[in-house]
Amino acid sequence: MPLLDLDPDVVATARELAARAAEPVVRIATAHTTVAVERATLRLAGITGADTTHRAGDVPWVNRVVDTVREHCGLEHGVVLPAFHALREHDLGSLTDLAEATAAGQIQYRVPAGRDAERAAKAGRVAVAKGLRTVDRNRAQRDRLITRFGDPPRRPWIYLIVATGDIDEDVVQAANAARAGADIIAVIRSTGQSLLDYVPEGATHHGFAGTYATQENFRIMRAAMDDVSKEVGRYIRVTNYASGLCMPEIAVLGGLQRLDMMLNDSMYGILFRDINPIRTFVDQRFSRQVHARAGIIINTGEDNYLTTADAVDAAHTVTVSQLLNEHFAHEAGLPDELLGLGHAFEINPKVPESFRLELAHALLARELFPDAPLKWMPPTKHMTGDVFNGYLLDGFFNLAGVLTGQSILLVGMMTEAVVTPFLSDRDLALQNVRYVLDAAAGLREDFHPAPGGFIVKRAHQVLGEAVDLLDRIVRDGLLNAIADGTFGLMKRPPDKGKGADGVVEKADGYRNPAADLLESGETK
Amino acid sequence: MSSIRPYGDTTGDGMVQTSFTLPMPPGPKAEGAAMQLANKMGIEPAMVVHSHGIGSDFTFFVVYGSVRHLVDLDAITVVEREYPLLSPAEVNGEVRKRLRRKLVVVGGCIGTDAHTVGIDAILNIKGFAGEKGLEYYRELKVVNLGAQVTVPELVKRARAEKADAVLVSQVVTQRDAHILNTQEMSAAFREAMGDRRPVLIAGGPRFDPLMAGQLGVDRVFGRGTTPGEVASYLVHAMKESKGVAA
Repeated sequence: MPLLDLDPDVVATARELAARAAEPVVRIATAHTTVAVERATLRLAGITGADTTHRAGDVPWVNRVVDTVREHCGLEHGVVLPAFHALREHDLGSLTDLAEATAAGQIQYRVPAGRDAERAAKAGRVAVAKGLRTVDRNRAQRDRLITRFGDPPRRPWIYLIVATGDIDEDVVQAANAARAGADIIAVIRSTGQSLLDYVPEGATHHGFAGTYATQENFRIMRAAMDDVSKEVGRYIRVTNYASGLCMPEIAVLGGLQRLDMMLNDSMYGILFRDINPIRTFVDQRFSRQVHARAGIIINTGEDNYLTTADAVDAAHTVTVSQLLNEHFAHEAGLPDELLGLGHAFEINPKVPESFRLELAHALLARELFPDAPLKWMPPTKHMTGDVFNGYLLDGFFNLAGVLTGQSILLVGMMTEAVVTPFLSDRDLALQNVRYVLDAAAGLREDFHPAPGGFIVKRAHQVLGEAVDLLDRIVRDGLLNAIADGTFGLMKRPPDKGKGADGVVEKADGYRNPAADLLESGETK
Repeated sequence: MSSIRPYGDTTGDGMVQTSFTLPMPPGPKAEGAAMQLANKMGIEPAMVVHSHGIGSDFTFFVVYGSVRHLVDLDAITVVEREYPLLSPAEVNGEVRKRLRRKLVVVGGCIGTDAHTVGIDAILNIKGFAGEKGLEYYRELKVVNLGAQVTVPELVKRARAEKADAVLVSQVVTQRDAHILNTQEMSAAFREAMGDRRPVLIAGGPRFDPLMAGQLGVDRVFGRGTTPGEVASYLVHAMKESKGVAA
């Protein structure tokens, strides 16, 4: 039941403005491809593994092939036509054979024409469709396991992060966390992975402040959590990060290994990793199409804005970003139930009425996106190292989550900004969550902010500011707004940033069976 | 008085509180183990006031007790702030008077570190702890390179911008990445620019201000540093260094 009495016309205007702001960017996204989109396509077509003999270390085969194709004949027509043409021309048995022959310098790629082009496109489509059917099967398998083991007994689902750097240790910590009440396990990635223009291979044991996202690590964690799901009698969801320069590939790997949620924000890479804006929007669209196909819930990153900007002054930028993320997600085929739009409890606790402001912001998100599994993120900016105060603040964060009907609750750590959490920190944090969820389980029923009162007024004000900002973005253009530092105070011009050289404008004859199959939903 | 003890509720009682986890199942033996550890830590008598199992293999303890150690105040060495704290107006005034141009500050997170929260707190106009960041100072020109800047890139930009000072922030400390990255940075500046190098400043929550020599930088700022402290230091360094003032 709505509590904020939001004006439906204002809400409709906000959505319409978001759509208009996004429209030119979607047009740019569909007119370009990137090296990462092409590599993701090859991964769906079945290439795995890496060139272990390369002097630069293990270079994934998809990188070898895409880089070589680009060098020989460009990527304007996509990688599929030249790759599958070469496969037939050289009578090779598999794409991995092709990759090895590429590395040995035996392949000269070219863009086929006429019947050759049709044949290559058809062969490519058969191979990619096979990969997508694996994604489809994983989705069905997830549904079966949820039916068998059950969903968590209540909302919000409890989301917990592990980050040891070693996938084997992660499994131990994740299993313990699930037994202690976590419903969702997120494996934080190694610092710096977002700026790698390739996906590392195999099981990894030496990450920095996190563990590398690799297909094998995904498989290990999912398999371990399947066992734990059986043990604890509820389906434990696994999360990783489709962000950075390999967004589309990681999305594919997540789909192939039955991950359940992925961090995927439309602007995070641009603002916080200084990744080229065009690269990000192209990669984001493809990755979200893959998530939609895989039934993966995306988590957006609005919490990040509040760690750099002031959480009161910038509250409306969160709303604007949520609306943009929603539009980009819908455009890529993601339904509301897969939209884990993010927001966070980051107001300075010294601000008078800070808790009421938090409630207003959280409730606004809840009522703007009633069907989205909102992700509610804990305080980080005002965690000072005083762990006792931090524990109290996390308790209020948990209470705000229950009171405003949040869907996914990321468990706050009192040792935030001090150390990577100890086993005991995580245990205490889960006790905190359990206490609040038990003690105030039904409190939402009694929570009716006074009509025209502080909370209602504040929510209206934030929505109004969001509409004004969206209006300005529509007038200036979203890319210009990003360049001007509208979000999170970061200025990111469209021609700058990392990975810009991986963006390619599509030619008229561009073919990508993965894009076709994702758009149409076909399986063959 | 040159030696003191922790204060619980009475002078000299030496009371402290600590918590830890031992990799063993809960029970009397675990409590005994916690007691033994507390005693070895100098807490005697110790009270294990709380323990509970975390899963079946670990036990968490909260311990209170009196430490027998004394703190010898005369044996403490810390870096006391060697310069006066200035207001933004005073910083601007000093820079204008001495340089007659803007003082150029280049900053970023080097290595794989993507945590810009520290450098942003110091540089972004938004600032930290109620103080505006260096971007707010009219006489400072701030170039914030953001996250994951390579050392060669940092040196190149510092040269191109004719930087008077370079600030690097390091948050990630796994396998001493913060120390190694900073040493690599300071060595690169010495190699590329010799005595004409800019003032080098490292900051991060796990740095100790005493580490400046080891890191090869001019000044280290630790946890809780505010933009005003850094700005005041820049003025101090400008006065000290003839190279900059010339």
